[in-house]
Amino acid sequence: MLEFIEQSLAWLPDGVVALVIIILKILAIIAPLMAAVAYLTLAERKIIGYMQVRIGPNRVGPWGLLQPVADGVKLMLKEIILPSSANRFLFILGPILTFAPALAAWSVMPFSDELVLADVNAGLLYILAITSMGVYGVIIAGWASNSKYAFLGALRSAAQIVSYEIAMGFAIVGVLLAGGSLNIGDIVNAQQGSLVHWFWLPLLPLFLVYFISGVAETNRSPFDVAEGESEIVAGFHVEYSAISFSIFYLAEYANMILIAMLAVLMFLGGWLSPFQGIPFLEDWFAWIPGIVWLLGKTAVFCFLYLWFRATFPRYRYDQIMRLGWKVFIPITIVWLMVVGGAVVAQLGPWFD
Amino acid sequence: MGFEQIVFYIFSAILVFAAGMVISVRNPVFAALFLVLAFFTSAVIWILLEAEFLALTLVLVYVGAVMVLFLFVVMMLDINLAVLKRGFRRYLPVGFVVAFIMIVQLVLIVGPEQFGLDKVESPTPRAADYSNTEELGRVLYTVYVYPFEIASVILLVAIIAAIALTLRKRKHPRFMSPEQQIKVRREDRLRIVKMKSETKL
Amino acid sequence: MKIITDYFKSLVLIELLKGLMLTGKYLFKKNVTVQYPEEKTPISPRFRGLHALRRYPNGEERCIACKLCEAVCPALAITIESEQREDGSRRTKRYDIDLTKCIFCGYCEESCPVDSIVETHIFEYHGEERSDLYMTKDKLLAVGDRYEKDIAANRAADAKFR
Repeated sequence: MLEFIEQSLAWLPDGVVALVIIILKILAIIAPLMAAVAYLTLAERKIIGYMQVRIGPNRVGPWGLLQPVADGVKLMLKEIILPSSANRFLFILGPILTFAPALAAWSVMPFSDELVLADVNAGLLYILAITSMGVYGVIIAGWASNSKYAFLGALRSAAQIVSYEIAMGFAIVGVLLAGGSLNIGDIVNAQQGSLVHWFWLPLLPLFLVYFISGVAETNRSPFDVAEGESEIVAGFHVEYSAISFSIFYLAEYANMILIAMLAVLMFLGGWLSPFQGIPFLEDWFAWIPGIVWLLGKTAVFCFLYLWFRATFPRYRYDQIMRLGWKVFIPITIVWLMVVGGAVVAQLGPWFD
Repeated sequence: MGFEQIVFYIFSAILVFAAGMVISVRNPVFAALFLVLAFFTSAVIWILLEAEFLALTLVLVYVGAVMVLFLFVVMMLDINLAVLKRGFRRYLPVGFVVAFIMIVQLVLIVGPEQFGLDKVESPTPRAADYSNTEELGRVLYTVYVYPFEIASVILLVAIIAAIALTLRKRKHPRFMSPEQQIKVRREDRLRIVKMKSETKL
Repeated sequence: MKIITDYFKSLVLIELLKGLMLTGKYLFKKNVTVQYPEEKTPISPRFRGLHALRRYPNGEERCIACKLCEAVCPALAITIESEQREDGSRRTKRYDIDLTKCIFCGYCEESCPVDSIVETHIFEYHGEERSDLYMTKDKLLAVGDRYEKDIAANRAADAKFR
């Protein structure tokens, strides 16, 4: 496939060919990602519906399968309303700054052993750095809207994301201690072996802290105080409409999938088969490509997001802060010591 | 001019522009946002220097955390811009003098005589699998372990000092302790009393 | 000891897992949604919907213009004017119900001595303008004529409770 494109573009200068191929690769990641985001919104409404003993959207297309398309078309055709006293430039910049990091983080995401756009050494650090920039979109949107509720949402979100980034960062430090690399591919390969060789077992507390911080980081329920529709109407995006509004949601769901996939890559063996090392099952399931396992595990985590939302009531603000600073950070620090000790002692079967 | 040079000049131009805007723009929120842009652009230039760990840490720490809190404060403060700008004209010459002296000092120390391209050899391009992070970690924890540890202790002291300075005891704290709250069982709070129903008089 | 077990319990998120199990169980429960235009919930014979004026089997309108319903109506939605018909009987000249005022309490139905004004089980009606929701005597009689069978059946079903 790639060779064919290279050959058919041979008449162009080398740099242009490389550029075209990179752009095609980016499209090959973004297009399925956007489709996944669209259908995650449908899945959310359906699953939460079923958990509340209702059906969820079922009118557009069979079983409501065309609902995301209808929503998208509607949001694109609506008018973008600029509040008269809003700062126009920043008001437009807000959604862009939320969306761009959410997509940029995907560039170092490996989908299988060789399927990766940019195989950089400091991949994990890059993801951490890029996702930390997503908060600017929220803050700028909240401030530029010139509205009390939007501003409150922005402040809450800023404080929350900065707090949980620390716990998340520590959890990731634990992973790179265990994996011995910042390259996500190497981390997955360090988990070779079997289901118990995956890092979820030695890093169980970090795994839980990571995923819960990830929920907080993406401003999802039960940590969605930035949105808080029952207290501050819709938080930072009250003043937004149409496509600028939907871009916030695209970014939120893209981040959800990102966090879910990272959790899988770092703690649950990424594209490794769960039947690895089991005598017969391993051979029976050997034909399934790794990316299927990766996407399947990611889907489970996306489901967890929705399950949490259907189950837990929203945290009070001081409880969120307490959980982040007084519970998660101490737990991660203690467990980092444990992991460090285990790595030095070359504790099997993970660190030998 | 190679591709890298073009990238360098583009990003340097953005960096200088952003740095200039930080001090000249009227609105403090814009100033903070331009500072974010400046940090980000310098991170990009560091990546050109193959210092990806430093660049990413700059983004992570300064852009992702410090500047967020900065913006947080700037947005909350009700700054009167007119008062802030009143002395601008008067102090401008003094500012220029200070800036000029600083530039002269900088040029004297890190000018072309000491750090020219002929004096310092350009870093040799490393292989693709060379990990800047690993090298940096190795150096930090071996050669520079004492300065590193001392710096971290100083930072720790600063953290504790900041907390100690701002900590104030409240007289009537309304603080709730969730660990106590979740332990509560129905039996602790509720007592079901059986009483005889009232008889008619 | 209790402190340690409590601490451990909160650390392994046992209560959160309980909550998750509950919602997880409901995920597989049968949905209770009624898909309205296609499916409808059963309606009680006492359902109070759109009003109707009934007639006797011989075609004579039941209403005798006693104005009890007008008097009892808490929303003042009913307006009645009476006159003497050529045959000397007391009848209504005008019998209007303003549906935008009506609160569907059913008092008019209760108060009627001749079972003339009734509330049917029709609730899917609409009007494109306000005057469409202003039921005149002709409209009410037309509703009554059209749904007489249903009305009679509902009243028969409910008769033993009255």
